[in-house]
Amino acid sequence: MGKEGARQLTQEMQDYQTMANQMRPKKPLLKNAVTAFFVGGIICEVGQGVQWFFMQHGMTAKEATSPTTVVMIGVGALLTGLGWYDRVVKRGGMGGSLPITGFSNAMVAPAMEYRPEGLILGVGAKLFTVAGPVLTYGLAAAFVVGLVRYLITGVA
Amino acid sequence: MGVHRRSAASYTFDHVGIRSAAAVVGPKEGHGPLASYFDRIWTSELNNHVSSEVAERALLTEAQSLALDKVGENWAHVDWVVGGDLLDQLIATDFAAREHQRPLIGMFAACAVFAESLGLGALAIEGGGPKMVLAGACSHHLSAERQFRYPIELGYQRTPTAGWTSTAAGACLLSYLDAMNSGDVAIEAATFGRVVDWGSKNPNDMSTAMAPAAFDTIKQHLDDLGRDITYYDQVYTGDLGVLGVKLVDALAQKEKEGFNWSERLNDCGRSLYDIDKQDVHNGGSGPGCSASVFSGFLYRQLQTQQFQRILLVSTGALFSPTSYQQGESIPCIAHAVAIVRHN
Repeated sequence: MGKEGARQLTQEMQDYQTMANQMRPKKPLLKNAVTAFFVGGIICEVGQGVQWFFMQHGMTAKEATSPTTVVMIGVGALLTGLGWYDRVVKRGGMGGSLPITGFSNAMVAPAMEYRPEGLILGVGAKLFTVAGPVLTYGLAAAFVVGLVRYLITGVA
Repeated sequence: MGVHRRSAASYTFDHVGIRSAAAVVGPKEGHGPLASYFDRIWTSELNNHVSSEVAERALLTEAQSLALDKVGENWAHVDWVVGGDLLDQLIATDFAAREHQRPLIGMFAACAVFAESLGLGALAIEGGGPKMVLAGACSHHLSAERQFRYPIELGYQRTPTAGWTSTAAGACLLSYLDAMNSGDVAIEAATFGRVVDWGSKNPNDMSTAMAPAAFDTIKQHLDDLGRDITYYDQVYTGDLGVLGVKLVDALAQKEKEGFNWSERLNDCGRSLYDIDKQDVHNGGSGPGCSASVFSGFLYRQLQTQQFQRILLVSTGALFSPTSYQQGESIPCIAHAVAIVRHN
C-alpha cells in the first residue's frame, strides 16, 4: 500500500515487536500437517469409494469423475448445513479446505450466512465472498495456461 | 464536591455510586468458570431471535433492564444511557435505545467502551449533570464473526493468539450519592487513554497490539494519582488474554527496575472461559467481555469484600477490516476506572 499510511516505528516499538514474537505461542505446525494429511486423505478415500461405486455400475473412470464430484460437493454442502464441516476444517486445516468438499463449504457457508440480508443483496451479492478470489485467479491462471498450451501445441 | 482534575487524562470522584450491576451471557460463557455470577445465561446463541444482530441487542436490553429491576428502578428515572458495542453504526446500542427512549450517549471505543462508559458516566454525574446513568456494553460472538471474520459455518483454523468474541452484555446503574455508606461500591477515579499504536498488523493477535495501550493507561493512572500498583487488590484488563497479560507485565519490568505487576494483573478475557477446556485460544474478547465480567463477577467480589479496590482497564483495538486490508497497523486504546468498596 501507499507510503502515506506507513508509520515509522521507534526502536522501543521494534524491540517490543521482537519480544512479542518470542513470547507468542507457536502454531503446532507438525501436528497440523499430520492431521491435515489424515483428514484430507480420508476425504479423498471417500471420494475414491464414490468413484468406484459409479465404475461398478458401468462407467469408465473418466465418466465417473463428474458424478463423483457432484456427490462430494453434495456431501460438503450437507455437512456444512448440519454445522459439522467447520469442525472438520478446524482439525484438518488445508486437509479439509482443499478437497472439493471444502470448496462446497466455502460456497454454502456464505449462502447460509447472508440469508437474513435477503436473496439479492445478501445471498446473491455475497455468495462468492470466500470462494471469489479462488475463482478469479483460478480462471485467470486457466487463461494463461490455455494460451501457453495453444502457442506450444497449436491445440485450442 | 465536584470533579477533581488530576491531569488531562485522570479525574477523581467522591459521589458516584454503582447501585446495581447485571450481566447476561451466552451458553459458552455460561459454561465458563464465572457461570454462577451471571444473572442470566442463554441456552442458545440466538435465544430464538431472528438474527445475531437482534440477539445482541436483546442481550443488552436484558442486562440493562435487570440492572434496573434489581434496585426497583424503572427506565423513566434514568437520565442517560451510555455505552457501545462493536457493530458498525452501533446498531446494538442504538437500536436498543429505540425501545427505551432515554437520552443516549452512544460511544465507540471497540472493546474498551465499557470502562469508557463508566468513566464518562461518573464524570457527568460528579459534574452535576445527570443524576442517574445506565452504563453498558455488549457483544455477540456470531455478529462479530460476520463483521470481522468469516461466515459462521466456514471452516478455518484459528491461530493460537486469536481471541474469542464473547456473547455477553453487562450494565451498571450509576447514581449520585450525597454520602458514601458502608458497603457502597463507587467509581473513585477514571483515566482516559490515548491511542497507542506500536506497529502490530496482525488482526489475529489483538494481544500484542493492545498490550502497549493497556500499559500506557495503567502507568498514566498510577502516575497521575501517585499510586503504586499494590494500591489495588487486582488490576483487571479487558481482553488482553493469556499472551497480553504477560506482555503488559514484561513492559512494566522493562520500564523500571522493581516494577513487578504480575501478582496484581488479571484479565477479564482470561477469566471468562476455562482456557484449557473451552477452546478459546487466547481468551475472551469483545465489549461484552469486560462488561459482563465486571457486572457479574467483579462487582459481586467488591460487594462481598473479596476485593476492596480494583482497577478495570478495558482495552480496545480500533481497526476495521478496511484498515487492515489496506495495510495499516492497528491503533489501540485502554480506559481505566478505579472502583472501590466503602467500609
